[in-house]
Amino acid sequence: MKLPKRLKTPLAESDVRALELGETIYLDGVIFTGRDEVHIHALEHLEKGKPIPVDFKGSALFHCGPIMKKVGDKWVAVAAGPTTSSRMNSLEPQFIEKFRPGAIIGKGGMSQPTVDAMKKFGCVYLAITGGAAVLAARGIKSVSGVEWFELGMPEAIWIMNADNFGPLTVAIDANGNSLYTAVGAKIKENEQKVRAKLGLK
Amino acid sequence: MVSEADIQNAVVELLRKAVVKLPADVEETIRKAYAAETDEVPKMQMKAIVDNIDLAVKMNTPMCQDTGVTIFYVTLPRNCEVDVEKGIVEGVRKATKEVPLRPNAVHPITRKNPGDNVGERMPFINWKVGNKDYIEITVMTKGAGSENMSALAMLTPSQGIKGIKEFALNTVLKAGSNPCPPTIIGMGIGGSADIAMKLAKEALLRPINQRHKDPEIAKLETELLESFNMLGIGPMGLGGKTTMLGLNIEYAFCHTASLPVAINVQCWAGRRATVRIHPDGKTAYPTHEGG
Repeated sequence: MKLPKRLKTPLAESDVRALELGETIYLDGVIFTGRDEVHIHALEHLEKGKPIPVDFKGSALFHCGPIMKKVGDKWVAVAAGPTTSSRMNSLEPQFIEKFRPGAIIGKGGMSQPTVDAMKKFGCVYLAITGGAAVLAARGIKSVSGVEWFELGMPEAIWIMNADNFGPLTVAIDANGNSLYTAVGAKIKENEQKVRAKLGLK
Repeated sequence: MVSEADIQNAVVELLRKAVVKLPADVEETIRKAYAAETDEVPKMQMKAIVDNIDLAVKMNTPMCQDTGVTIFYVTLPRNCEVDVEKGIVEGVRKATKEVPLRPNAVHPITRKNPGDNVGERMPFINWKVGNKDYIEITVMTKGAGSENMSALAMLTPSQGIKGIKEFALNTVLKAGSNPCPPTIIGMGIGGSADIAMKLAKEALLRPINQRHKDPEIAKLETELLESFNMLGIGPMGLGGKTTMLGLNIEYAFCHTASLPVAINVQCWAGRRATVRIHPDGKTAYPTHEGG
C-alpha cells in the first residue's frame, strides 16, 4: 500500500494530473464550500460581469453545507460532511471550465460530462465518506470567513483552512477515469444474478 | 401535570440524542458490516463511518451535518390537555440553536431560510391517540440525500409481487451511490398513494433487526435485503459487500383495482429517537437507554 499523499491548495495542475484513481490523499490549505446555490450564483455573476468574492483557480471546492457555530467573533465548523454531488451534475462542467478548480470534494460521484471536463481542464473528484461529518470537521483547523451568507448557512461559501483534511479517495482522476464507472460495470453484471434470484427477467 | 415547557425541554433533548447517537440496532449492524468488508476502499469507507459514530458521541456533536427536517410521530393519552404542538415547535427552535441543528427548512419556492427549522407545516407532526397515560414523541432526523431517492409506483394488481420486486430493484439501482449507502430501505405496500408513502417512512421506525410479524412479509424483507446486498454498490457506492443494512416493509389493505408501492430511502445514519413523558413530568428515552 502506498503512503497517502498530502497536497496543499491551491493545487498545481501537474500535481492534479499525477493523482491516480483509488489513491488516498489528505489536503492542507484553503477549502471553499459550494453546493447548489453557489454554482448557480457564481455562473450568474460571471455572466453579468459581477465580482465573485473568492478565486476558485486551483482550489478545492467542497460540496458541503456545514453546521457552523459562532464562538465569540469566530465561526467554528461543528459538522461538515459532503452533500450528494450528483445534484451539481448539470452545472459542474461549466463551473470547472470557467473557474478552474483543481479538485471537487463530495460524495456519490458525478456524471460523464463532469468526468470529461475534469480531463480537459485538469481537475479531480475526491470522495469523502458521506455522513462522517465530525471526522471531516476535525480536518478543518479554522474558518477564515464566509461569503454569500444571505444564501443561508448550508448554501453559503465557507472559507475553511484545512489541516490534514481527509482521508479522500481519488474517485475521478484528471485522465478520464472514474471509480464509479468501474463499479457501475460490476453492478450491471451482478444485476443479472439478483434478477435470477428474485425470479425477474 | 405536564407543562408546555416540559414538552419543549424533552424535545430539545430528544433531538440532541437523535442526531448524536444511533439506535443500537443500526449501530450494531454498521459495526458488523465494517468487520465484513475486506477490500481497501470499502473498508476505509466503513472505518470512517465507525470512527465518526464514536467521535460524535465523544464530542456530543451531530454525526452528520444534514440534521434533516424534523418529522414527528406523536401518541397522545386520551385526556391530554397540554399544547404538545407548541412544545414541539418551540423545542425545534431551541434545539436548532443549542444542539445545534443545521437550519434546513426553507420555503419551497422562494428558498428563503428563516434559520430556525420552523415554517409552514414544519415541524411536521403525525398524530395518534393511544391508551397509555404518557405522551410518546418519536422523531426522525433524515437527510435529503437519501430522501431525494425515494419513489412511488402505482402498479396494477396484475403486476403483483414481481412488479413490486422490479420497482424496488430499479429504485435501489437508480439511487446507486447517492443516498450514502449502506442504506436502509422502508417500503410501504398497499393503501393508497399517500398511505403507501406514509407506511414506507413508518417502516423505518422499526428496528432493522426485527422482522414483520406477518411471515409472508418477513420472508419478502429477507429475500429483498439478501438480493440487494448482491449488487455490489457497496459503502458510498465505491463497491463492496454491504449495500444495505436493513429493509423493512409495512402494508395496508388496498382497493381491489390498485397496488401502490412506495420506497423511502434512508442513509446509513438511521437516526430516530423516542421520548415518553409521564404525567409526573418524568421522561424516558427507550431508543437511547444508558446515554
